[in-house]
Amino acid sequence: MRFTSQLIALGMACLLAIWLSLALGPVTLPMMDTLRAVLHLVGVPVAEDNLQQAELIVGQIRLPRTLLGLAVGAVLALSGVAMQGLFRNPLADPGLVGVSSGAALGAAVAIVAGASFGGLPEPFQPYLLSVCAFAGGLGVTAIVYRLGRRDGRTSVSTMLLAGVAMTALAGSIIGLFTYLADDASLRTLTFWNLGTLNGASYDRLWPLLLVCVAVILWLPRRAKALNALLLGESEAHHLGIDVQRLKRELILCIALGVGAAVAAAGLIGFIGLIVPHLVRLLTGPDHRVVLPASALAGATLLLLADIFARLVMAPAELPIGIVTVFIGAPFFLFLLVRGRS
Amino acid sequence: MLIANDLCIMRGGKQVVANIDVALTPGQMLGVLGPNGAGKSTLMAALCGELGPTRGQVLLDDIPLNQWRGPERARRLAVLPQSSTLGFAFKVEEVVAMGRLPHGSGQRCDGEIIQHALAAADGLHLLGRSYLTLSGGERQRVHLARVLAQVWPGEEGQILLLDEPTSALDPLHQHTTLLAVRAFAARGGAVMVILHDLNLAARYCDHLLLLDQGRAHLSGTPEQVLTPEALKSVFGLDVLVQPHPERGHPLVIAR
Repeated sequence: MRFTSQLIALGMACLLAIWLSLALGPVTLPMMDTLRAVLHLVGVPVAEDNLQQAELIVGQIRLPRTLLGLAVGAVLALSGVAMQGLFRNPLADPGLVGVSSGAALGAAVAIVAGASFGGLPEPFQPYLLSVCAFAGGLGVTAIVYRLGRRDGRTSVSTMLLAGVAMTALAGSIIGLFTYLADDASLRTLTFWNLGTLNGASYDRLWPLLLVCVAVILWLPRRAKALNALLLGESEAHHLGIDVQRLKRELILCIALGVGAAVAAAGLIGFIGLIVPHLVRLLTGPDHRVVLPASALAGATLLLLADIFARLVMAPAELPIGIVTVFIGAPFFLFLLVRGRS
Repeated sequence: MLIANDLCIMRGGKQVVANIDVALTPGQMLGVLGPNGAGKSTLMAALCGELGPTRGQVLLDDIPLNQWRGPERARRLAVLPQSSTLGFAFKVEEVVAMGRLPHGSGQRCDGEIIQHALAAADGLHLLGRSYLTLSGGERQRVHLARVLAQVWPGEEGQILLLDEPTSALDPLHQHTTLLAVRAFAARGGAVMVILHDLNLAARYCDHLLLLDQGRAHLSGTPEQVLTPEALKSVFGLDVLVQPHPERGHPLVIAR
């Protein structure tokens, strides 16, 4: 019962964030017009007076952007939960251990190599990016996981240090690509590294939405197994769980999620760390509620960060990656200090 | 019934368990003794299917353990490892509830079992506390309650493997813990327990297996195994062995 009311509250917050995200921006729409425009777009008959402008802005610009924000936020938060479960450590985060950088490297390869070899036909472009980002994320997750484990235990320091090394390595290769890139690729690359929801289009959305739905449907089915995994790999085995399979599924899930999010919106850091932490403070660590709650809270937080990024320097806008890191890095330091006392 | 025949396990090119035969029978409690590094925990890892033996096999009801489906095996066989690392703030009852994971027996039934198992491990007063705020001994009892809940109430065919369940406990709780395990055996369960305290082993176990460098040095009743000669040869320790003045089981006193 407690869980249900918490999920309902988070759902309401998420709906409110969606509404705000559709209404606010360089042109601020009245809240009721926004609602009517959305209803009209999905086919509900409403009074159509003075709705053209609102419908154009909402339908063409803000709705894809909001959907992108929702999906990226939910997927990054879920990847964070999955990673913390896999490493059995609440400080694991796809950005910190280099998975995001690996995915960004994959994306950079796709952008630059794609540009110099002529690339794939237009309709396949978003998928090439997603596949490369996924491959990069998968590679780094597997490497860091290998390095960070010894005798069935995770060494957090090894894992974080391996993450630092992988991030630096990926960064240097991305730097090399930046050096080699032509002007058009360079612009795209820069945006990728900063993370942005700007220029969202339905084309870019599809691969991410597919992954998002898959992850949201699949991860909660393994919630109890994830709980048991937190006890330890041996303990999970004793409770009848196929641990090797679970771990493979988690790694796949993290790589898919982070890969798709990075391909669609670039590097957006710390969502996977902050959101599960805040959620656990609210609900406790039981994955049966942490997973859906993190998806909702991640989506909400990312939309709020995006609204902030849009408004703070309007009409110019900040890349959202800067906003999340600006909030997330101090939060991470706070966790470290609190953990030590 | 859990049976291991001629079990051999190599680890890093070294034979850590050699030619061990074990049979865990309903209602009986087997104690495993031996110095550090004698292969006790490795033996237990093989008996629960976590580690594949190099030679020999482990049979649960005449079927090789690795052919059992995970949840079915877990309903029959529960294992308490030496120490557990749990870094998340689960409530005590949530940790114990994980023992019910293989069952799917419903919230109400599980709730009652959790209460009973916690009571058996003397942990009822810990209800509602966060696992992270517990002391080492309290955590050990919560994990005991978890594995008891996994095979609650215990019947013929169910097996409990415990690796040093009393290592972090005060003297009273060393006894309450082994009494709870004894009660599980009395209901028909089979138990194997690794112990370092020879007198606890003498008091609570029906049979003892004394391991030395991966081999069975002696096995039999506590009277047969706990002899000054055997303990001198395996532990290098000079001891007196006398009957317990009230209970009659062997009492081991260091000289």
